Amino acid sequence: MPDIGVRNFAGKIDSPNPFWLASAPPTNTGEMIMRAFDAGWGGAVWKTIGEPIVNVSSRYSATDWNGQRIMGFNNIELISDRTVEQNLSEMLEVKKRYPKNAVIASLMVASNRETWHEIVTRTEDAGADGLELNFGCPHGMSERGMGSAVGQVPKYAEMITAWVKEKAKTPVLVKLTPNISDIRTVARAAKRGGADGLSAINTINSITGVDLDTFVPRPNVDGKSSHGGYCGPAVKPIALNMVQQILADPESALPLSGIGGIGSWRDAAEFLLLGCGTVQVCTAVMHYGYRIVEDMAEGLDNWMREKGFQTLEDFRGLSLNCVTEWKHLNLNYKIVARIDEQKCIGCDLCHISCWDGAHQCIHLDRMTGPVDGHVELHPIPSVKEAESRASIVETPVTRKERALVAGAGPYPTPLERIPRVDETECVGCNLCSCVCPVDGCITMVQVETSLKAETWDERTRKAACATPVSESAS
Amino acid sequence: MSTAALPDDEQLRARFGELKPALTAQAAVIEADRCLNCFDAPCTAACPTHIDVPGFIKRIASGNLRGSALRILDANILGASCARVCPVDVLCEGACVLQRQNRKPIQIALLQRHAMDTFWASREAVPVRAAGTLKLRVACIGGGPASLACAAELCRQGARATVIERRELPGGLNTYGVAEYKLRMADSVREVEMIRRLGVEFRCGVEVDSAAVLEALEAEFDFIFLGLGLGAMQRLNIPGEDADGVMNALELIAAYKTSHLRELHGTVVVVGAGNTAIDAANAARRLGAHTVYMLYRRSESEMSAFEFEYEHAKQEGVQFLWNRLPVAIREEAHGRLLLETVQARQAGEKLEQVPDSRAEIACDLVVPAIGQSPLTQLLQELRGVEVRDGRIVADRLTGQTGNKRYFAGGDCVNGGREVVDAVAGGKRAAMAMLKSAEVAHA
Repeated sequence: MPDIGVRNFAGKIDSPNPFWLASAPPTNTGEMIMRAFDAGWGGAVWKTIGEPIVNVSSRYSATDWNGQRIMGFNNIELISDRTVEQNLSEMLEVKKRYPKNAVIASLMVASNRETWHEIVTRTEDAGADGLELNFGCPHGMSERGMGSAVGQVPKYAEMITAWVKEKAKTPVLVKLTPNISDIRTVARAAKRGGADGLSAINTINSITGVDLDTFVPRPNVDGKSSHGGYCGPAVKPIALNMVQQILADPESALPLSGIGGIGSWRDAAEFLLLGCGTVQVCTAVMHYGYRIVEDMAEGLDNWMREKGFQTLEDFRGLSLNCVTEWKHLNLNYKIVARIDEQKCIGCDLCHISCWDGAHQCIHLDRMTGPVDGHVELHPIPSVKEAESRASIVETPVTRKERALVAGAGPYPTPLERIPRVDETECVGCNLCSCVCPVDGCITMVQVETSLKAETWDERTRKAACATPVSESAS
Repeated sequence: MSTAALPDDEQLRARFGELKPALTAQAAVIEADRCLNCFDAPCTAACPTHIDVPGFIKRIASGNLRGSALRILDANILGASCARVCPVDVLCEGACVLQRQNRKPIQIALLQRHAMDTFWASREAVPVRAAGTLKLRVACIGGGPASLACAAELCRQGARATVIERRELPGGLNTYGVAEYKLRMADSVREVEMIRRLGVEFRCGVEVDSAAVLEALEAEFDFIFLGLGLGAMQRLNIPGEDADGVMNALELIAAYKTSHLRELHGTVVVVGAGNTAIDAANAARRLGAHTVYMLYRRSESEMSAFEFEYEHAKQEGVQFLWNRLPVAIREEAHGRLLLETVQARQAGEKLEQVPDSRAEIACDLVVPAIGQSPLTQLLQELRGVEVRDGRIVADRLTGQTGNKRYFAGGDCVNGGREVVDAVAGGKRAAMAMLKSAEVAHA
């Protein structure tokens, strides 16, 4: 039976599973964190502790998409609005009652050495298993010289990390902001400063939308808005890329707690495959509650069982080596789209997307036969559509007429609506398989090219040797 | 012709509340988001008027509700009533590709209704491209969907059109013949009013019943469109048919819709098993009849009603008597009737009576509902307009008849189909008339 426990993360943090709550509203109080641990969360990063702030009313806004709430989520809430004493006395209580769960204190104080020394000592005295330095908060706090104002300047990040390390006895994680052109510059600085680990990514600067009636962007605070931090499912691809960038860079790589759009065991597995040691979740819990962790733990366990992994270390980072620079990809690898006629429902979205968004090689000509040749003779989509709009159709009112409409053919969908892929023209771009609404209907199949694998890097180098001048002309 | 003139009958509204509740605005968006937006969508192809279904649905999803309604009305000026009366199971929704994944089809009818209801609520007018810019003048005889669609299209393109209707209100079966729980009379009249505002002229209470009237129309108009519909319902041709207490299905429907018939009791027998028969049987139940039988000379598997209509009738509590023929109606004491019936069975192509199978049904009302017979009397007077098997012979694409100045569409050509078929026919004829006028003026 697989073990999903985490051992010695960033040196010495253990937790019963890799699922931590990120520093955010779900970890605002000791009472909340204890309920989260009861629900099954392995760890929690306490809502950032520092000098208490005052929040505004109206703090969140969301991007919905195609009927789904919260594809992306945005907040302008600041760090904890509770006193350091309150937070730390509760932390003491939580650690006493839940010794096996990881409690990480997220910290943010003014940028001077003594202040940081003091908060580090007080927090560790309260029993924190580790510290997370909040160098990422992109709104409000950054205007006061904290959060991402630190995280965007490698020099500051390195300096403060070093101050913290002077006092800290527990592992120090630095939480990175994505609001920077290359996240590795700050990751490297943190590593130079002595950080034991990293957390990434914090939220992305965002304006989620503009109210088309009031013209005020959301969230609206008395007729004004302010940019916030974007998170939720929409940011996962951005986070995965940054995680990969950090962990593939020897000067940045440190034990990493992955953050960004994680809401299921699948998301978590992807972050772990790219090398994260733990993952942090916020938006999905704000949407559905602590209970989502049950499926996360079960699902990860089942997947590991299916793949034959015993521990998280068995697969952590497996995908990291599969990411490379574009110039190292094989130019002679060829795939083409194949449509499963039994599964095709005849929406013909692959046809229109290929014609208008790709390479005009998916045709609706199964009845008429291909008219391929030196010159393409396929009717363009608008002609096809005009034809069917000009046709005369009557309501089938009798049983006999209705039986005729139902029709019968070799496939569930009438043949004229099942598209055909011209494999000689198909470039294997994947677009059709992305738009097809039926799982497994369009598969991308490798075709033999009888060419040896060759990358752009190899090709240009070879060309440079053979004809050094002509290749560079274009 | 305004809806204010119609009686607001509370009892009628209570008894014939809308069959399906409308979608809320948010539910409409959620449903609209479910639509795959197929290319050359099968739902659009299946619609006789080829409404751009994904087009109007995605406009609902984006919040462009005005655009959505205009997209519908562009293809089908009776989009509001079609959203309520179309047998979508065998049309757009029946063609929805989601069913091939064993998923529910998109609720196209309810979405269309949502777009149209929102349009009504906005009190906006349908834009007319070029009012009265053409010299073309067309008379549309009959005020039903075919003529309305034909006249509306003509006016939208700049021609002039006049609808001539013998009844008090235009709209044809949309106004007088559709079950109230599907389409209220007031809604049909409101739709007619929208068409009037496109510039269509209406002459109601005018009977076109002689060659002289036709000649006058020929003198006044360039073309004449025949949207005559079907004639009176077919008779049973059995003794006692003219008794009090015999009322055909269309008479029954029109009577309750106009609040002339407010209550039924006892037992009602509807003879026939088509869609109109079902409307009448359901109405009888809702008007208070205790027992309603539908009597059909053939078997269950041969009934012409749509499957969903049959299911609906069963839910309303209508009972079915299969393979029975009515042979006579006798008047009893206290206004009651005795319907004599006999068992029927198939003998080759024909039906024959089973000996010694007579049975009498004591009832209070007999409702013949065995199809409408075409209005042949007038047609015979139309010079050069060929009539075959009671239907006007017209070109499929243009609706043009043997007489070049006469066009036709709707039930009088197709023998009795749906509102949406009549709209398509009327519109095709309008386009053809516009085209031939263009050629003549060029």
